[in-house]
Amino acid sequence: MKRRDTQLYLTLLAPAVAILFLFIVLPIGQSMMLSLHRVVVGLPALGNPFVGFQNYVDLLKDPVARHSFSITAVFVTATTSCELLLGLLVALLINHRFPGRGALRACVLIPWAIPTVVSAQMWRYLFNDAYGMINYIVFGAETSKYVPWLALPNAALTAIIAADVWKTSSFAALLILAGLQLIPDELYQAARVDGAGAWKRFWYITWPLIRPAFLVALLFRTIDAFRVFDLAFVMTQGGPADATNVLQLYGYKKMFVEGWMGYGSAISVAIFLCVLILAVVYVRQVGKRLLESP
Amino acid sequence: MKKRLKKLGLLAAICLVAGASLAPFLCFVSLAFKTEAQVTTIPPDLWPDFSLTFFRSAVVRYGVFHYLFNSVIVAGVTTVITVTMATLAAYGLARLSTSLAKAILMGILACAMFPQISIVGPIWRILRTVGWLNTYQGIILPYVALTLPLAVWILAVFIREIPEELEAAALVDGCTRLGALWRVILPLAVPGLFTACILCFIHAWNEFFLALLILTDPAKQTMPVGIALFQGDYIVPWGEIAAASFITTAPLVLLVLLFQRRIVSGLSAGAIKG
Repeated sequence: MKRRDTQLYLTLLAPAVAILFLFIVLPIGQSMMLSLHRVVVGLPALGNPFVGFQNYVDLLKDPVARHSFSITAVFVTATTSCELLLGLLVALLINHRFPGRGALRACVLIPWAIPTVVSAQMWRYLFNDAYGMINYIVFGAETSKYVPWLALPNAALTAIIAADVWKTSSFAALLILAGLQLIPDELYQAARVDGAGAWKRFWYITWPLIRPAFLVALLFRTIDAFRVFDLAFVMTQGGPADATNVLQLYGYKKMFVEGWMGYGSAISVAIFLCVLILAVVYVRQVGKRLLESP
Repeated sequence: MKKRLKKLGLLAAICLVAGASLAPFLCFVSLAFKTEAQVTTIPPDLWPDFSLTFFRSAVVRYGVFHYLFNSVIVAGVTTVITVTMATLAAYGLARLSTSLAKAILMGILACAMFPQISIVGPIWRILRTVGWLNTYQGIILPYVALTLPLAVWILAVFIREIPEELEAAALVDGCTRLGALWRVILPLAVPGLFTACILCFIHAWNEFFLALLILTDPAKQTMPVGIALFQGDYIVPWGEIAAASFITTAPLVLLVLLFQRRIVSGLSAGAIKG
């Protein structure tokens, strides 16, 4: 009886596992295989010769790839730290009890729900050099001073970081909020009775108790920031002068614009390896919490 | 006095957060309701004329409804398939022995973490081989794979909390396991199912990277691809882009306003809840 049940459960799991295997696990394996070959789309006459680790050697020597990697690192660090800080503040606010809290939570969710492509077009418009709102806010009606933000390397990268922070801080806030909601009110009341001020209450009660949630948010946001593509694709196409050519965009260009499947796959495997370590920590952290509870 | 100051501070914080969340977006979609001349004025015209010129042009000249139709099909079918598969899987996981379930669940979660770029090359090659580039099934199947982990996760958390005794009672009454799943578990899991549906739908509706690669034929493209590749003859057609963005985003905003609680609980369950 027990054994037959186990069989049934495994059968129920089969379709989901099969889909994930076919469209996620298998492709990752194939990407690794591809990265060891020279594969050029549209030139089947060349065949797909095995080249060993040549693509990886090329990758290490490729100045554009190195630049792309450092830009992505800047993007990941900047967005993740801003988002977690803002997320924490917003979470503390929407955890408060006040009339209209539901409405505020809905407002905060809207940037998260908007398609990234739409928010990218939105920021492209706001940063526009001729009639964008941001130029107007900074310089007023003095059009001669207007700056073409998205055409300046550093400003363009900052613009993309700002767009990402606007869109995903709310997600970080929700993850932290989930941690805040688990803290019983009595703890704060007891601390108040003992005469602890707001800062002490935060430091000795809130922070230690939300630290696991904070860690999860940190890992998740870091992993997700590595995958940035839509914003750079729509706002700057990786320019100006590769200033926003983030890794996933670079890999996309190599694979699908220039047709270097093998070399592009080496880039994609490199990104995968960067994320893998973080993902392992994340999955263990989250998985442990789910299955320990009653 | 101190209390009042505190209240004022709270109010200011609320206004700041709400304003920062909404203002940029309102500023952008208001373009859709402006007239051609209003778009480029300096200082910017904050209040639109409520002209529908851009909507008309977006629909007639750029065929926005066509993209919308594709998006509805793709996101809708993805949601149905994902949630069905995820329900079966989550039930299996919730009842399997803990250690095995844990290993499988972690594997499933890990699948959601991988960068799309590292799977997209092979997926594209497979789809090309079977001739499924630019087809609905060619985009829906990868979307199911992308949305499954979150759906399984939400539903597994939810179903684990339904007491097994309820099911046992049904089994004693002569129900089969699947019958019990259908008659006892599913009705109780409706809130979880609902949350999973909303989140899958939003994810599939917004996805861009795979859609860009798999759907190169404008006849099959979804809204995000259409909006990203929007091209005018000589100038950027901001009004039409804003109109298309408004049409794409309106259903999502509606979902958020109606189901804010579900979304908040679903997303946080995905990551933290034990």
